[in-house]
Amino acid sequence: MAFNYDNYLRTNKMPTLWCWGCGDGVILKSFIRAVEKLGWEKDDICVVSGIGCSGRFSSYVDFNTVHTTHGRTVAFATGIKLANPEKHVICVAGDGDALAIGGNHTIHGCRRNIDITLILINNFIYGLTNSQTSPTTPQGFWTVSQKVGNIDPTFDGCKLAEAAGASFVARENVTAPKKLEKVIREAISHKGFSFVEALSNCHINLGRKNKMQSAMANLDWIDSITVPKKKWDALPEEEKMNKLPTGILKQDTEAREYCESYEMVKEVQQGKRGKITQDDFAKKI
Amino acid sequence: MSTREVISSGNDLAARAAVDAGCMFFGGYPLTPSSEVMHTISDLLPKIGGTAIQMEDEIAGVAAAIGAGMAGVRTLTATSGPGISLKAENLGLAQMCEVPLVVVNVMRGGPSTGLPTRVSQGDVAQAKNPSHGDYKSITLCAGNLEECYTETVRAFNLADRFMQPVFVLLDETIGHMHAKAIIPTAEAVKEGIVPRKTFDGAPEDYKPYGVEQDQPAVLNPMYTGYRYHYTGLHHDADGFPTEEIETCRKLIDRLFKKVDDFTDEIELNEEYMIDDADILLVGYGSASLAIKEAVNTLRAEGIKVGMFRPITLWPSPEKRLYELGQKFDKVLSVELNQGQYLEEVQRSMGRLDIQKLTKTNGRPFSPADIIAKVKEVF
Repeated sequence: MAFNYDNYLRTNKMPTLWCWGCGDGVILKSFIRAVEKLGWEKDDICVVSGIGCSGRFSSYVDFNTVHTTHGRTVAFATGIKLANPEKHVICVAGDGDALAIGGNHTIHGCRRNIDITLILINNFIYGLTNSQTSPTTPQGFWTVSQKVGNIDPTFDGCKLAEAAGASFVARENVTAPKKLEKVIREAISHKGFSFVEALSNCHINLGRKNKMQSAMANLDWIDSITVPKKKWDALPEEEKMNKLPTGILKQDTEAREYCESYEMVKEVQQGKRGKITQDDFAKKI
Repeated sequence: MSTREVISSGNDLAARAAVDAGCMFFGGYPLTPSSEVMHTISDLLPKIGGTAIQMEDEIAGVAAAIGAGMAGVRTLTATSGPGISLKAENLGLAQMCEVPLVVVNVMRGGPSTGLPTRVSQGDVAQAKNPSHGDYKSITLCAGNLEECYTETVRAFNLADRFMQPVFVLLDETIGHMHAKAIIPTAEAVKEGIVPRKTFDGAPEDYKPYGVEQDQPAVLNPMYTGYRYHYTGLHHDADGFPTEEIETCRKLIDRLFKKVDDFTDEIELNEEYMIDDADILLVGYGSASLAIKEAVNTLRAEGIKVGMFRPITLWPSPEKRLYELGQKFDKVLSVELNQGQYLEEVQRSMGRLDIQKLTKTNGRPFSPADIIAKVKEVF
């Protein structure tokens, strides 16, 4: 029997605002399939999004959903998570959302290793607002704010997440929906901050002036710049230029999760244990 | 109401009041002269199973607090003027989504970094409209140590009643004042808690924003079977984005009407010796302590002075101010800014001949300042 997405969608709010051929729908479906595989109750899930095309993600899924301000997704999610640590909180943000205006919250969500998943939809451009440069726009690309070619160095969201302390980091591509579903499933069931960069196409606002006017052309380009991690590790440095590794890039199941750390604070304040020392963090939970 | 005697500071009392009023979450960022609110509440909340978190910046502090409010718990943030400037956009989201939240602002000298450790009442105008767009602010202002406690408690109940952020303005003088205060017992506060309304019908009948035109949204806590959507966009009865003309008009009208039609539940003033007075002094917050002292001294000299002190600054007590404007020829507005509330007094009284005493050098008023001014202008 075909998979029934409708059970997880607010079909009365369809069609989506996304353009025909947009990869965001693939991410939406992969996410739903991941949730279904885990057997989670819809009531136990909160999806938080920011501003941009990705911001609309939250409105289409039949969970507890929050569409916040630009870039602040992880900060809102932190309050939502700490209010009910046993529930599942998933953030969906765009590359401008999570890496430009909201970069600080991305960094500190990762650093705290709070049990939230951030699905960063990277389409390499500000799509909703008509093609301005984003932190992930490749150098030399046309954007409406840099019509002679983008000079801004490109940001690698996964490297940032890894360095900042996220305990799960992965990257996948909308042309590989099965793999995407798998990394999302692993991410949302991971205890700690999990970061998934989902590479998506925007043939309308990235592709139109960068010789990728069709969804297929844009997706082919994404395929051409991604290399599975195993292959990536064997690549000589000079061949890694302008390419991105895909797959699970970091998975640390020992790192202490923030809500659990806060339980220690409660125990100290309630007289159930002594003060927290450095030794508490050398130990595994 | 049963009371207790404590020795404490204004900031400390605000934090204690929050916890007694059922607050279970604090999100904030250090900012002088408000930081003691965070210091105290970060000890108190984990004791009762709540959570206090110092976030990476002011924006995140209020975002986390609003997030907890969306989840359904009573929630607090505390800061000073520069922090409100940073929090402004998210405060607008809370207004638009109708999320209850208490914001304590311990005012310091501005603009910009200003005078971090010195007093001001320079954020009164900001409290009315911190964020862009149209909405109705509720702002309370503590005039003494006791009110740092009681107004914070009142703010939590108003936030849940009107489903929106409520400001509690303290200032550096009152926030850092350390003395004896007689405050209600925690039990008495608990008895007075009126939690937010919830919907208990069938989930398919639930319309969080589908309420009467003078009512706030009914937002059930998360994870209780009523899955709905929050958005800062204009939204329909379900909470979903819309640009439908009538829905947009009605939404913003309702954000006003839900407050405007019930100001009697929000308004609170102190009137001190005004019945037989010839001169009316209008002031609020810590300035009112000096005003009161000046009233007593002037009266001892035979000059009949009284004080009107709004405790709820926004919405302003415009009707009462109008009546007083009719009664008194001689009115002096006293505030630690360049006349931010004076404009409201002028508007409410329908007069421009209000005398003003202002101070923006980071120092509090002394009664002598006020006495001299009264003698100079009247």
